[in-house]
Amino acid sequence: MANRADFAELAMEFLPALYSAAMRMTRNPADAEDLVQETYLKAYRAFGTFQEGTNLKAWLYRILTNTYINAYRARQRHPEVTDVEDVEELYMYRRLGGLEAAAAGRSAEDEVLERLTDDTVKAAVESLPEQFRIAVLLADVEGFSYKEIAEITDVPIGTVMSRLHRGRRALQKALLEYGQERGLVGAGGR
Amino acid sequence: MSSYEGDPMANDEAVLDEMPAGEDDCGEVVRRLYHFLDGELTDERRSMIRRHLDDCGSCLEAFDFEAELRQIVASRCRDRVPDRLRERVAAAIRAEQAPSGTEMVESQ
Repeated sequence: MANRADFAELAMEFLPALYSAAMRMTRNPADAEDLVQETYLKAYRAFGTFQEGTNLKAWLYRILTNTYINAYRARQRHPEVTDVEDVEELYMYRRLGGLEAAAAGRSAEDEVLERLTDDTVKAAVESLPEQFRIAVLLADVEGFSYKEIAEITDVPIGTVMSRLHRGRRALQKALLEYGQERGLVGAGGR
Repeated sequence: MSSYEGDPMANDEAVLDEMPAGEDDCGEVVRRLYHFLDGELTDERRSMIRRHLDDCGSCLEAFDFEAELRQIVASRCRDRVPDRLRERVAAAIRAEQAPSGTEMVESQ
């Protein structure tokens, strides 16, 4: 059992991470702020049920994700797209020249990555359908394990893996397209 | 694909154990790339992939790219917390902590 008096001291350090995740979920600052405030209030009220010594960050993300899904998604006018196009392995790497560039001695792909701006990467992540977006955020931005993501999002671990697998490849396609639109990435090899 | 059901470690073991050393490994290694980067493989399987990467420059390049991409995605997805949000959250928690009754006026 955790003591409420300790809540602020323990939980506030996760505010920047939770706010960034809320921005990717809601896609706008006003909703993200409301979502984060609601998450902290719910967490404070439920803090007595938090098992001390377990993962507080994962616990907070679980509340954030549930709150987003229950409250904010319901407001969206358009039905949520639930699938992504199936994209091949190493999509971006291969499009950027891959093996040929590597053989030429300089990995041009790495230079392209450096040129991707914050706005481009955020827009690409935010373009993913919700369930893929959340899985990719939790794994690639926050570094949660498959098991933790399964617990946070309340789905079996196999589902987490399949969402990650497809979501990451769809993200690569989006990154390449957004990067090209903004002139950050050349038209590329093939 | 059945290997994405249930235990992430369950199905790929046999495949990797039976793999002969050679170019045919590449497809299998690339399919395990994310599990490798996610740190979701057993030590034994990790070291098999490492051995392949030691010998295979093209897989190593691809792995490096994916690892770099992940760092870029993580580092570009940060937003600065607005000061007012920090204050709002602190105030909301203080209001909850206040003796019952004091926050009733506002909510009615």
